[in-house]
Amino acid sequence: MKTITERLRVPGAFLLGAVLLLGIAPVALSDFRLSLLAKYLCYAIVAVGVSLAWGRGGLMVLGQGVFFGLGGYAMAMHLKLADAADTGEKIPDFMQLYGTSDALPWWWKPFANPAFALAMTVLLPMAVAALVGFLVFRRRVKGAYFAILSQALAAALSIWLIGQQATTGGTNGLTDIQGFFGYSLDDPVNQRMVYFVIAAVLLLLMALARQLFVSRYGELLVAVRDSEERVRFLGYDPANVKLVAYVVAAGMAGLAGALFVPAVGIISPALIGIVPSIGFVIGAAVGGRASLVGAVLGAIAVAWAQSTLSDEFPAAWTYLQGLLFVLAVGFLPGGLASLGTVLRRRRTPATPKEEKVVVMAGEAA
Amino acid sequence: MTVVLNQSFTGISIGAVLLLIALGLTLTFGQMGVINMAHGEFIMAGAYTTYVLQKSISSAGLSLLVALPLAFLVAGAMGALLEWLLIRRLYTRPLDTLLVTWGVSLMLQQLARDVFGAPNVQTAAPDLLTGNISAGGVTFANNRLFILGLALLCVLGLTLVLRFTPLGRRIRAVVQNRDLAEVSGIATGRVDRVTFFIGSGLAGVAGVALTLVGPIGPTMGTNYIVDAFLVVVVGGIGQLRGAVITAFALGVLQSVLEYSTTVSVAKVGVLVAIVAFLQWRPQGLYTLRTRSLA
Repeated sequence: MKTITERLRVPGAFLLGAVLLLGIAPVALSDFRLSLLAKYLCYAIVAVGVSLAWGRGGLMVLGQGVFFGLGGYAMAMHLKLADAADTGEKIPDFMQLYGTSDALPWWWKPFANPAFALAMTVLLPMAVAALVGFLVFRRRVKGAYFAILSQALAAALSIWLIGQQATTGGTNGLTDIQGFFGYSLDDPVNQRMVYFVIAAVLLLLMALARQLFVSRYGELLVAVRDSEERVRFLGYDPANVKLVAYVVAAGMAGLAGALFVPAVGIISPALIGIVPSIGFVIGAAVGGRASLVGAVLGAIAVAWAQSTLSDEFPAAWTYLQGLLFVLAVGFLPGGLASLGTVLRRRRTPATPKEEKVVVMAGEAA
Repeated sequence: MTVVLNQSFTGISIGAVLLLIALGLTLTFGQMGVINMAHGEFIMAGAYTTYVLQKSISSAGLSLLVALPLAFLVAGAMGALLEWLLIRRLYTRPLDTLLVTWGVSLMLQQLARDVFGAPNVQTAAPDLLTGNISAGGVTFANNRLFILGLALLCVLGLTLVLRFTPLGRRIRAVVQNRDLAEVSGIATGRVDRVTFFIGSGLAGVAGVALTLVGPIGPTMGTNYIVDAFLVVVVGGIGQLRGAVITAFALGVLQSVLEYSTTVSVAKVGVLVAIVAFLQWRPQGLYTLRTRSLA
């Protein structure tokens, strides 16, 4: 039987997070700091998906930048079209600069519809993830192979975007976004509204992920991570289990990308390539990949350190960052979230060590 | 016809660069299962070795010849150090080595920035390697031919070492069955370190070759690393010939696609081809037959 305090722990922590994010932070922080926090929270939303796919499912998702980018570009395309419509132009400003024709490319046209664009921010990444995941998991491509393929995917998308300057803005990306569904982003009040939307989405997705973790599916996902073959022999198809985690994580990354655009005002290939894609995973790794709260706090902390320290001490920060990854991943695989447990185990050496059970062929139990 | 020949030579020379970079990875990734993201920085170390040597040896040809073995030793030593410090603790968690070595690669890039400065530097190529050879209407750039020759020489050398020396026999034994190798009296830990030394050293050699075709900079390694990993993934684990065939095939595919479309579309096309290929052969071109389920 669970005691009352155990029962209340999770809702209590959730409530505390909600009060901090929605109540205290907007009051305590200046407009500038709050908009930075909004950016970090977008990375935290990606980390929720990473925690699901990598922490629980063991899928090394090194290409989350692809889904972040698809969501971001879908949103930015709509906002650019809306901006252009406001000023009476037929095509966005960068197309007039680099473009060869006055006509909008056909694949831009549907994004003028806000409902379509909003749906695409989530559905497009999920569809791409479903296609890639189906092809890859069905053929049992896994482990390092999967990690490298997903990394190559991130590289390919950013290279492709850079190559299509006339229709995607190339290296610059889609910049200078003015409005957000009719609200001017120059107004600090509207920036605060964007922050609230992002914080609410983060809390909602954390609740969703937590329910997934404790569901039967969550158990199955961990089982696939720890022993895929045994799960297969029990009659489940691990490919489908992994596919769901991958697609859900992709949807979350897409939503994060979509929210990143109004919060920061830009989406560009440099934000979605190999380096930022590893960054999405690193935050979760430092905080604790399998722990939802750890992954989210890790992502926020790494993003905060990145933007604060890299401005003041660029060289020292890079060393520190590298060292942090080496120490956190190499010597604390559970991330900072496991620090308490590790220290407690150190202090009480009497507890028996967890023995790793290895079943050898021909070993009759 | 000349267009086809010219394009295939371009493809083959892209393939030669890929092969040279991937060769070290076939040892460290293919044989040991370690995803070493710092491999790109060992390439950089080899390139900077050439740069430093050229400051003291003014003859470009001589400095290049000295740089080849020296870069092998420098990059190899860095690799062996990395293996000893970090990677040997992580053999049970191969995916985590990726993130750990990524951290190492960040630090090495910053180190290069602090020592040599952030802007790219250039080395002078020997006169012999700056010209072209024309044969039958096809132009072969000398530096590209040199890289092709170097890549093939490295493949040959590595094959001979793996096949005919006691060291090579030990490496193959550890790859095929680590436990059995260990009970047979092979010091697997030392074999791992030597394998890592050779694999990283080959990255250094690749770095020397890359100074002939491009600038030297702190982030030069990251441009090549993913492509090189893809070569090993498609080539298959534990076989050199898989990497050789794949490197040239990807190089030619890249140059053909580049010719008919653009560079960026070609990159995407190559990736699509790789995913399609893995549908057909998920374990790569050549695989070591084992009875393990993993």
